[in-house]
Amino acid sequence: MDYVFRIKRYDPDVDVKPHFEEYTLDLAPTDRVLDGLNEIKWHHDGTLTYRRSCAHGVCGSDAMRINGRNYLACKTLMKEFGKKITLEPLVGFRVIKDLVVDMEDFFAGYRSIKPYLIAGEAPAGAERRQTPEELARYEGATKCILCAACTSSCPITWANETFVGPAAIVNAARFIYDSRDEGAAERLRILNTNTGVWRCRTVFNCTEACPRDIEVTNTIEDVKRTLLLEQV
Amino acid sequence: MAYFKYDAIIVGAGGAGLMAAIQMAGKANIAVVSKLYPTRSHTGAAQGGISAALGNVEEDHWQWHMFDTVKGGDYIVDQDAAEVLTRDAIDAVLELEHMGLPFNRLPDGRIDQRRFGGHTRNFGEAPVKRACYAADRTGHMILQTLYQQGIKHQVNFLDEFQMLDLLFSDDGRACGIVALEIRTGEIHTIHAKCVLLATGGFGRIFSVTSNAMAGTGDGFAIPFRRGVPLMDMEFYQFHPTGIYKFGILLSEAARGEGGILRNGLGEAFAERYAPTLKDLAPRDMVSRFIYQEIKEGRGVDGKDYVYLDLSHLPDELIDAKLPDITDFARTYLGIEPKTDPMPIQPTAHYAMGGIPTDLEGRVLRDASAATITGLYSAGENACVSVHGANRLGTNSLVDLVVFGRRAGRHMLDFVRHSDLPALPVDPEFLARAEVSDLLSRPKQEAMADVRRDLQVMMMDKASVVRSAESLTAAKAGLVELRSRYARAGIDDHGTTFNTDLMEAFELGAMLDCAEAVVEGALARQESRGAHYREDFPTRDDVNWLKHTMLRKTSGGLELTKKSVSITEFQPKERKY
Repeated sequence: MDYVFRIKRYDPDVDVKPHFEEYTLDLAPTDRVLDGLNEIKWHHDGTLTYRRSCAHGVCGSDAMRINGRNYLACKTLMKEFGKKITLEPLVGFRVIKDLVVDMEDFFAGYRSIKPYLIAGEAPAGAERRQTPEELARYEGATKCILCAACTSSCPITWANETFVGPAAIVNAARFIYDSRDEGAAERLRILNTNTGVWRCRTVFNCTEACPRDIEVTNTIEDVKRTLLLEQV
Repeated sequence: MAYFKYDAIIVGAGGAGLMAAIQMAGKANIAVVSKLYPTRSHTGAAQGGISAALGNVEEDHWQWHMFDTVKGGDYIVDQDAAEVLTRDAIDAVLELEHMGLPFNRLPDGRIDQRRFGGHTRNFGEAPVKRACYAADRTGHMILQTLYQQGIKHQVNFLDEFQMLDLLFSDDGRACGIVALEIRTGEIHTIHAKCVLLATGGFGRIFSVTSNAMAGTGDGFAIPFRRGVPLMDMEFYQFHPTGIYKFGILLSEAARGEGGILRNGLGEAFAERYAPTLKDLAPRDMVSRFIYQEIKEGRGVDGKDYVYLDLSHLPDELIDAKLPDITDFARTYLGIEPKTDPMPIQPTAHYAMGGIPTDLEGRVLRDASAATITGLYSAGENACVSVHGANRLGTNSLVDLVVFGRRAGRHMLDFVRHSDLPALPVDPEFLARAEVSDLLSRPKQEAMADVRRDLQVMMMDKASVVRSAESLTAAKAGLVELRSRYARAGIDDHGTTFNTDLMEAFELGAMLDCAEAVVEGALARQESRGAHYREDFPTRDDVNWLKHTMLRKTSGGLELTKKSVSITEFQPKERKY
């Protein structure tokens, strides 16, 4: 079956500005969008550039904009779209080449919320205890693969470069609501600012974009509620 | 181009590399080099669990775990290493928990455990609950947790740097690597007192694989070209349950939780082959059961796949304990596993062989115990050997945490007592020559076609079932593929983020890995674990209770045998 891939291309070595190129490919409806990209790279045009690795939605390399919405190219099948699909790099990030964007600011945002367990001495020769209910309180947030689909879907991040973004907030929440963690106050202080949760306008784009089905917006709302009520 | 200098360089940012880095962070000047962002590493795709004899759910002992590991590996496991693996596993799992890993829990708050293939109570009596897990994304949680610790300890990460060469001083010490910064195309020398190779596996040499596209064996091929040996490369594991055609892994945890394999007639065939453990027999055996069913015409609709059936399991159990793999079935197959069985076939999964090391991760020079000063390896890249001829499920995660940690600790001690070796003259010469050749040679053929033919040939001639005939054909095929590779070219001649160049370089590494697999498989005239020879269908302990060591010399490939460490368990027939 013929599909048309319309791809936003930009190579800083030769291009002054981005442009679109089209490729017609014979693919099955059950092929992944990534299979189409590979088909182009391997048999039509080896200069097409994108990141990819696991090819089944767990490594987070190939988040991109497909028909105006963010997806992982490896977790999206052709049958979800029409005969013609438009691929663009994630919005709100500097483009390095074609579909590859600069992730440095995204990871800096992640690092800023102290994404690691902050806790005192662990018991010797035993685990810290945590009940299934306590785990359930934050387990959803642990699914994050740092693909940036949510952060790049958020209109606030397009306009405001200092907003820490939904992915960083989700990862802060992952620790704030972990019964073993003692760093909630520090993280809440970081998020209780106009570059933190209060920038969020509850647009729900991030929840829609998340390929791991994390309730991103609700998690941000949780953090806001915690700040207002001053209790975890 | 730039020059970097560290005490230690770690190549690979998966579980083994990160675990080693955490041991040294803040105490030595180190860098972790990865061709990906660390969180993209393939450790993150591991699903079902990490075993340790915690005994939280039922009685268990590390000696039982050790026995299962040795028997699972068809007795070619080095037993001194298996003892370290299974003893240290307990402490390693607790350390991960202390770092914040969100394990599934028992009602009293301790870590929950579940069944996995080949793990038994009391030396083979019945399955035991030994696998600690975080839903069916245990590897994801290990990778995230270790990366978080890396951030906490302010580890230097050189993200998206591709290793091109491994450097040795004139007196034979490892002294750094040459790497290409993917974003700029610049080639750099990274000089250090010691190097850890922890780059994962090479499953991409097969056409159906669970491995990430990054799993091209760079960390095997580069040292191999420099004369470092590779051990037991013929032992390559095919996981029984990959999604049909895609190869995407459906965890053994699915069977650990009660899932059943069924052939085209609807029969639960595993019990015919393994009456005690049934569907939870080790992976090499279950993959062969499936091969046999298909060969005898009992595949589904006469085709080359069978079913993994979860439809009899409670919906709540599937949602709580197997959410990711059932999501894969919905996404890629359009199948609801709560009601319908999933088509599966064996998928290339894990290299038991690799760079030979001692218990501290030091790389062995040859079949003697001599080591190469300053060179370390851990994880799938290495061969300690704790997996022997067939790795048990969950033991890869144990391996990378236990031996990544031991290597990191030994390296820390090493850098404190060691000077910086001098670089060889013109250290970037070979790497620059190779890159410049790949960039400039005329394209008489597409790299992708050479790669595809390699993958199909390896799947056809050197996978679950092998013979002298198929392997000889593969060896000849590799000669032909190499000459095609020399004529193949690329389209992208630029400097910025040139993934066309990267893929071409990786294909060169894949050819080296394939050659080592075929060479080892041809030499080993017996069947043991994952290595099954139709022409030598039984195990031969008289001649082959030995590791193979393969080395590149000026006179070609040289294969020698190395003895196996046997401490507790004498080899016996392997029945389940």
